[in-house]
Amino acid sequence: MSSPEQWTHPEPDAAPAATAAKPTAEQVIAGLRATDEGGADLVQLLTPEGERVTHPDFDIDISAEELRGLYRDMVLIRRVDREANALQRKGQLGIWVPLLGQEAAQIGSGRAMRPTDMAFPSYREHGIAWTRGINPTELLGIFRGTDQGTWDPVEKRFHPYTIVIGNQVLNAAGYAMGQKFDGKVGDDDGEATMCFFGDGATSQGDVHEGFVWAAVYDAPLVFFCQNNQWAISEPTERQSRLPLYQRARGYGFPGIRVDGNDVLATLAVTRWALDECRHGNGPILIEAFTYRMDAHTTSDDPTRYRLSDELEMWKLKDPIERVKVYLVKQQWADSEFFESVEADADKLGEELREFCTNMPDPPAERIFSNVYAEGNPNLEAQRDEFLGYVSGFAGGEH
Amino acid sequence: MPQYKQFPLPDTAEGLTEADILTWHVKPGDTVKVNQIIVEIETAKAAVELPCPWAGVVTELLAEPGQTVEVGVPIITIDTDPGGAAAPAPAPVAAEANGTSSGKIGEEMPGGRIATLVGYGPKSGTAKRRARKDTPAAAPAAAVAAPPAPAPVVAPPAPVVVAAPVQTPGGYVPLAKPPVRKLAKDLGVDLHALTGSGPNGVITREDVETAVAAPAAAPAQSVVDNGSRERRVPIKGVRKATAQAMVDSAFTAPHVTEFLTVDVTPMMELRARLKNAPEFRGVKLTPLAFCAKAIILAARRTPDVNATWDAAANEIVYKDYVHLGIAAATPRGLVVPKVRDADRMSLKGLAIALDELATVAREGKTSPADMMNGTITITNVGVFGVDTGTPILNPGESAILALGAIRDMPWVVDGEIKIRKICQLALSFDHRVVDGQQGSQFLADVGALLAEPGIAMTY
Repeated sequence: MSSPEQWTHPEPDAAPAATAAKPTAEQVIAGLRATDEGGADLVQLLTPEGERVTHPDFDIDISAEELRGLYRDMVLIRRVDREANALQRKGQLGIWVPLLGQEAAQIGSGRAMRPTDMAFPSYREHGIAWTRGINPTELLGIFRGTDQGTWDPVEKRFHPYTIVIGNQVLNAAGYAMGQKFDGKVGDDDGEATMCFFGDGATSQGDVHEGFVWAAVYDAPLVFFCQNNQWAISEPTERQSRLPLYQRARGYGFPGIRVDGNDVLATLAVTRWALDECRHGNGPILIEAFTYRMDAHTTSDDPTRYRLSDELEMWKLKDPIERVKVYLVKQQWADSEFFESVEADADKLGEELREFCTNMPDPPAERIFSNVYAEGNPNLEAQRDEFLGYVSGFAGGEH
Repeated sequence: MPQYKQFPLPDTAEGLTEADILTWHVKPGDTVKVNQIIVEIETAKAAVELPCPWAGVVTELLAEPGQTVEVGVPIITIDTDPGGAAAPAPAPVAAEANGTSSGKIGEEMPGGRIATLVGYGPKSGTAKRRARKDTPAAAPAAAVAAPPAPAPVVAPPAPVVVAAPVQTPGGYVPLAKPPVRKLAKDLGVDLHALTGSGPNGVITREDVETAVAAPAAAPAQSVVDNGSRERRVPIKGVRKATAQAMVDSAFTAPHVTEFLTVDVTPMMELRARLKNAPEFRGVKLTPLAFCAKAIILAARRTPDVNATWDAAANEIVYKDYVHLGIAAATPRGLVVPKVRDADRMSLKGLAIALDELATVAREGKTSPADMMNGTITITNVGVFGVDTGTPILNPGESAILALGAIRDMPWVVDGEIKIRKICQLALSFDHRVVDGQQGSQFLADVGALLAEPGIAMTY
């Protein structure tokens, strides 16, 4: 009874051995490979039905006003996301990376940060950008191909979007180590760093290296993994033999799985984790258990690789609806509030449309700018040649 | 004043050049809102819904469902100020940035393209080039031509092989994409000898395949060297194994083949019912799976078909297990992977195992070990639309069943001619091991199980 077969396939007669890498259709349908339920260790404070529940280790004391703010954040960022998605479909953006479904994971963790904390995003962190005070219009240029993001990373404490998967984890680990070396860690006023990445990134060597370095230097770094279940078309169980938060144990720091569709739990857990880091007890891994409701990007078609009943299941766990229900039940918000948020969202959507369609094309020399801090004769020669070539065309426009 | 705007087909993924219109969700006269979904398109990557960029009234749809539209070509005209006086057809509106402008149907546009009911006729072959400011056409062009132009002029009288097509080293390179080049190389086709039928004379896969199919059409030479028109492939791998197995089997085991035609309508009905059953969701339940199950059940009554003639030991080996071989056509040739311990599997287990087996085989990943030690085999000739055959035994096995195509055929049921699902079974067996009586019994049992799956209850 010690054949490896038995571990992956306990019933001898039922079906050919299925492995996590090759689940049977039944496993996918019935169990969702256990991805629709976060398991016993999932930290949750607000159920999908809008019930406030308690957790032995984590709790949050939230006021009506704070919760209304979180609700507003999520509604607005969802509108930003949908509007930008539509702009791509209208030919105004080259590509868009939707965050639909991950609003709570991003707003909850983003709002847990202090202005002094530093954040390293991947490319889906529109909600984090929002909490860092970055106008969503500043994101559009990246996806229109006109700029690389226009915010000041130092001022906003928000690193530019990182397109290479997992690369920002190294940047963040280095930054957090710097905070430690600079003595900015150790008390309540300490600084911390947050690094955002997805479940797919956990398969990257960069993430592993970041874990190792942050761990051995006790870097004040919160690794915030949004497990949205799909690394483009690869489900999580094809990337890991155990839940992602449990990986932290192997590196020697705590790993916590939080309901990423629960803004309260995400806020509570992230606050705690940042506090630990501030006091020198970092790093910490948070796995926000959530779901990517839309495609990986606008170039992707998720219907080719995942089942729609999975999507239907997650619709019931919507991050915004549960807060709305709770606000109403607590009588913390009335219809006037919800209407005003809707109106704000409409206005924001219109601003985005206006901004995007009127965005000036960058001048031809832009591609040569910001390559070197100081000038470079080779590059300047190339630039002059290219500008001469471009100016040779009639009409001027391209 | 009505204000007409045209929505050009966007590139919805990175770098697509065209898309097919699937369905329009609006029609002329409809009022549309910003971001309302107006049309579904399908690109090479995905089916995608397009939102409306403006609020207004749909004036005209410029593309029909099923039509392939190039990116940048307008697909819909929307009146963004319908309050104004009703104007007739959308007169040429402000051209979109890409320079396409709407024209009257049938009229030639500046670019030489003709406006049709649903867009524009085909583009002329010339690539669009933007005009240079100082039109340096004449003089510089000549200047370009003047410098050493070795290709046409100095073309060295290379030792041209008689009859060989133009093959100037370093000169003309036939246009073909790398996979096509590989194909041509594999098939021994000289790309220099072909004329491309693709755009700009690119040699396509079809060109190469045509050239192979009709080698005689190639430049006919007086001296025909057959050697160049034959392909010698070393006998190895699967082909070699197949040949050896077939020869061994055909010359050692005395084959008998029996045939049975069966009305499998009840089985097909059961299959249809099971397909909708929750526990079979996602399972590819094929007639082959039923056949496999029937064989396993029937072999219990006639263990001889699942036995081996061990000539060396002078024994017949009866087996209490069934390793069911499935003959599969693959790019590498015929392979017969096994479903191990098939007798311990449920119908569903079998269906899943068969599907996996076929996938692995088709990918050419069946390992030699997977093909060893079968006890009985099914060859599903039905998938090729073939009715039946006289299968040759897999060496070491005593029976092989050919499952023919299942067809709608007239059949006599209760004295009346009905259209039923009919299938032919052919069983070859090793007469050293299996007598005619057992073989016939086995075949009849399999047939009965397929004709009336309920019979399985009695086993």
